[in-house]
Amino acid sequence: MNNTRNRHGVTRRGLLKGATAMGAAGLILPASYRAARAEPQQGGTFRIGLGHGNSTDSYDPGLIDNLYSQVFAAARHNQLIEVDADGQLIPEIAESWESDDGQTWVFRIRQGVTFHSGKDVTVEDVLASLNHHRGEDATSAIKQFFDPVTDISIDGQNIVVTLEAPNGDFAYLMSDYHIAIMPSIDGRIDPTSSDGCGPYVVESFEPGVEATLNRFPDYWKPDRGHFDRVEILAILDSAARLNALMTGQVDLIDQIDPATISMLEAQGAANILSIPGNAHYVFPMDSREAPFNDNNVRLALKYAIDRQQMVDTILGGHGAVSNDNPIGPANRYFYADMEAKTFDPDRARHYLRKADMESLTVNLHVADAAFAGAVDAGALYAETAAQSGITINLVREPNDGYWDNVWMQKPFVASYWGGRAVEDHMFTTGYAAGAAWNDSFWEHDRFNELLVKARSEVDEDLRREMYQEMQRIVSFEGAVVIPMYNNYVMATATNVATPDQVSANWNLDGFRCVERWWFA
Amino acid sequence: MHAVLIMILQRLALGLLTLFVVSVVIFGATELLPGDLASTLLGQAATPETVAALRRQLGLDQPAPVRYWAWLTGVLQGDFGTSLATRRPIADMLAARLGNTIFLALYAAALAVPLALILGILAALWRNSLFDRVANAGALSAISFPEFFIAYILIYLLAQSGYFPSMVRLSPAMSLGDKLYASFLPALTLTLVVTAHMMRMTRAAIINLLASPYIEMARLKGVSPLRIVLRHALPNALAPIINVIAINLAYLITGVVVVEVVFVYPGLGQLMVDSVSKRDIAVVQAIALIFASAYVLLNLTADVLSTLTNPRLMRRK
Amino acid sequence: MGVLIFLVLFIAASIPLSWSFRAGLARVLPRHMKSAARDMPLTAAFGIMVIAVYILVAIFAPLLAPFPERAVVGTQFQPWDSTHLLGTDRLGRDMLSRLIYGARNTVGIAFATTALAFLVGSLLGILAALRGGWLDQGLSRFVDALMAIPSLIFALLLLTIFGTSVLTLILVIAAVDATRVYRIARSVGEGIVVMDYIEAARLRGEGNWYLIRREILPNALAPLVAEFGLRFCFVFLTISSLSFLGLGIQPPTADWGSMVRDNATLITFGNVTPLLPAGAIALLTVAVNFVVDWQLYRASGLKEQVG
Repeated sequence: MNNTRNRHGVTRRGLLKGATAMGAAGLILPASYRAARAEPQQGGTFRIGLGHGNSTDSYDPGLIDNLYSQVFAAARHNQLIEVDADGQLIPEIAESWESDDGQTWVFRIRQGVTFHSGKDVTVEDVLASLNHHRGEDATSAIKQFFDPVTDISIDGQNIVVTLEAPNGDFAYLMSDYHIAIMPSIDGRIDPTSSDGCGPYVVESFEPGVEATLNRFPDYWKPDRGHFDRVEILAILDSAARLNALMTGQVDLIDQIDPATISMLEAQGAANILSIPGNAHYVFPMDSREAPFNDNNVRLALKYAIDRQQMVDTILGGHGAVSNDNPIGPANRYFYADMEAKTFDPDRARHYLRKADMESLTVNLHVADAAFAGAVDAGALYAETAAQSGITINLVREPNDGYWDNVWMQKPFVASYWGGRAVEDHMFTTGYAAGAAWNDSFWEHDRFNELLVKARSEVDEDLRREMYQEMQRIVSFEGAVVIPMYNNYVMATATNVATPDQVSANWNLDGFRCVERWWFA
Repeated sequence: MHAVLIMILQRLALGLLTLFVVSVVIFGATELLPGDLASTLLGQAATPETVAALRRQLGLDQPAPVRYWAWLTGVLQGDFGTSLATRRPIADMLAARLGNTIFLALYAAALAVPLALILGILAALWRNSLFDRVANAGALSAISFPEFFIAYILIYLLAQSGYFPSMVRLSPAMSLGDKLYASFLPALTLTLVVTAHMMRMTRAAIINLLASPYIEMARLKGVSPLRIVLRHALPNALAPIINVIAINLAYLITGVVVVEVVFVYPGLGQLMVDSVSKRDIAVVQAIALIFASAYVLLNLTADVLSTLTNPRLMRRK
Repeated sequence: MGVLIFLVLFIAASIPLSWSFRAGLARVLPRHMKSAARDMPLTAAFGIMVIAVYILVAIFAPLLAPFPERAVVGTQFQPWDSTHLLGTDRLGRDMLSRLIYGARNTVGIAFATTALAFLVGSLLGILAALRGGWLDQGLSRFVDALMAIPSLIFALLLLTIFGTSVLTLILVIAAVDATRVYRIARSVGEGIVVMDYIEAARLRGEGNWYLIRREILPNALAPLVAEFGLRFCFVFLTISSLSFLGLGIQPPTADWGSMVRDNATLITFGNVTPLLPAGAIALLTVAVNFVVDWQLYRASGLKEQVG
């Protein structure tokens, strides 16, 4: 483990050989607690009000799909690998992992960990937990992660995973929140059981309403899980969430209406946490279809948007302008010096003329399901674009069924990305030719060539150059308008304490507020 | 009495027919919705392969008529089936929520019905007075504010100052008093929503009779206005009043999803909207049947009561 | 508190206004309507006045509004000042202008919806009462079933299936409302078709259409008009509730129901912005029903001293 660690993002070295050395460093001196304001205290009932949760939520880890089930899972489960507040992979149930060639991966399973039911966590349990997401009958959302896996076997205290082809990021994939370690029954896990080896034991769960959990007395981590009890409530209405926090009925809420953040702050009864990360809001275009198949049209649309106004109005200032770049400021190879695209109606007109057009009319399909404020963002976009002779007809679609009928179905839509800790992961899932979530149906030969090359490049400077060129290509030749990076904004009661560093990898401290935070 | 009994039996048979039509309509509409449970459960992460696997597992690969028939035969044997999403028996899932829904409906009705009757009778008694005008305008303003907005205002006025909780958390262990306190704000919101309709109907029904010759007669005999309204007009105006109360009770049971969302009240409406959006058809069907039954039974009760209060209607058949 | 004071002032101002409006109306109207205008209670005069103002605002919206309907002309939630009399909304659009355009869109949509619902509902209802038999049974059972489905959820289902353009919104809400109208029209019609004059007309050999148009409708009008007043106002509320559940009118069109929803969270912090569109709806509801009450009162034939 040498100098290649970076404050943000996971290093390639760390991925390939995130072995004990790195892990130990992370555990003995957790960076997040190093400068903690106060020692975490134990006790109290932590009540969380989330703007998610559905009465169809279940215990099945393969079907976790919203913030509610993500936090609920983090409270009752452990995973193989954890992503710490700095974005580093640190050991959890796997105490170390290693791969010489990126094709055969060996995970050493920690001993002395018990499930809530009292049973020890064994290698067989881990095998069953992984196999839940794999195979023809698997119904897991991350089934495709396991498509390249040819074999998973047990070797003593190790789990050995063999891949079709080398993948330096495989350990990163294994830190995915769906991969919960659950007890094996005849080689399979029971997806209807709440049993896990996480910090809290489930007491009750009413889907779409609330879950209550109590501290697991035998939890193996000595410095985690500070609350005596956790209650996670689904409060879908944003005003109801605000009121619940203001009247002291909950201690933490997510998804605060940006327009009200400053008012909430002014009241002084709550703390606002605004965590910048790589998450971003996007307007993808179908690059196969006219007029979006002409890069001049795409550029015109990119210069016709007022990014700063978007950040101010849609995010209430809690975010940053993006230069159509899916790689965020928290990424390692983020291209900060790329030529910025400011709102420039003349330049937009210029590109329209280059496309042999005097004016342009397009339909933009939006719903707040795409991201909070998407409809408003569309209305703003339409207003500013009008100054460049571009008419954007806003089509509000039902939230219900948005991902089925609109996203990747209509040519110009709104969407969001949670961002990815490594560049390759982001580009591979969203921009590589033929990728399942390439929502602009974009193909660029030079980009695809660089993507493969960068994976195996060892020279640090060359890699940086390659990734920056890729960002430039996406920004100036891609088919996605990316106006802004959105912060994760949450509000807590004043007596809730967090470590100095709160994770930018997913919302609510990487879903792990339940085990990392405490009452001061 | 016999005639009433036959009417009840007839209406119950028609009610069953209604339930059947409702189940077909709801099933058809849910089928027409884009996507199915498998694709919505997987959401953005759905790949064709995974969706196909989940569909097989959930039995969604069967043609629609086959699934409907399977569901119908189950229900006829009293088995609502299990939720495909949570794999829990639907009867268990619904029991607690149905209890909550009925509790809130009765609570709101207990506040609203007496209030509406008293206001309506007083407004009829002092018709065209200042009281009548103010009560009328106030009631109309109350129904012209969207429910969620009334709820927000009540929360602002009564919850932020700490008098009542803004969010309802019910547990089976709570005493009745605690439950009444915890759900006071949603009940008050609903009271404001339904009172106007009942009050206006009460007033109109009574005033409608005041022009009748027999009232005129009573008035000439020097009976006091209050006595005229209570003893002479009200009994004959009961039928439309009972009807409007039944309609509003049905609304309190079936139409309160928005109030449930604002107060985080775990009732059936929220569950139904959730299940629709996830295409969990069996749950949607079960709730639709409960709602339809409530509607049918309340209407039947209203008709029976109106018939009983009006001897002329009884003799007609 | 400020809201209360405003309310009292508003009522105090509206009394003399309605009074002079009534006096003015009595002067300009043709002779045979004069007495009706002179006898109408102040509340009805107030109602007619408000409705007239709304209609004028709706027609002349582009002339009255200081800013365009959808233009972003300021920053988010600007306070009330001399440029933006009622401040700006969450995107920085002028609130007053949106309220004025909202009158046009909202009232237009509500009127189209209610008119359609009444046309379909009352015709079918009266036809069912007139013809009886299988047509009546079939229609009535079907309508019963539709009414047994909660209307908001039914609208939600239909809008998700058919999309949310203004046209589908009107059609869907009208379809749901038509079931309610059908019920009333049928029950009123049932009372009328047994009357002697209908029997007489039938014997004369008049067709169904003639019976409905000339004999039944005029006699069934009063209860239908009363229902019309309420239904009309409920359309705003339905749109508002639908937008609460994530459907509703297409932005950036200004309509009061969605405007309440968009700004509703502000009331949590005691900000009165969402009260403006809500108040606009409430005022119209009260006004329409004042007029309806007056008409009903006249139809009831109760001859008492009217205040």
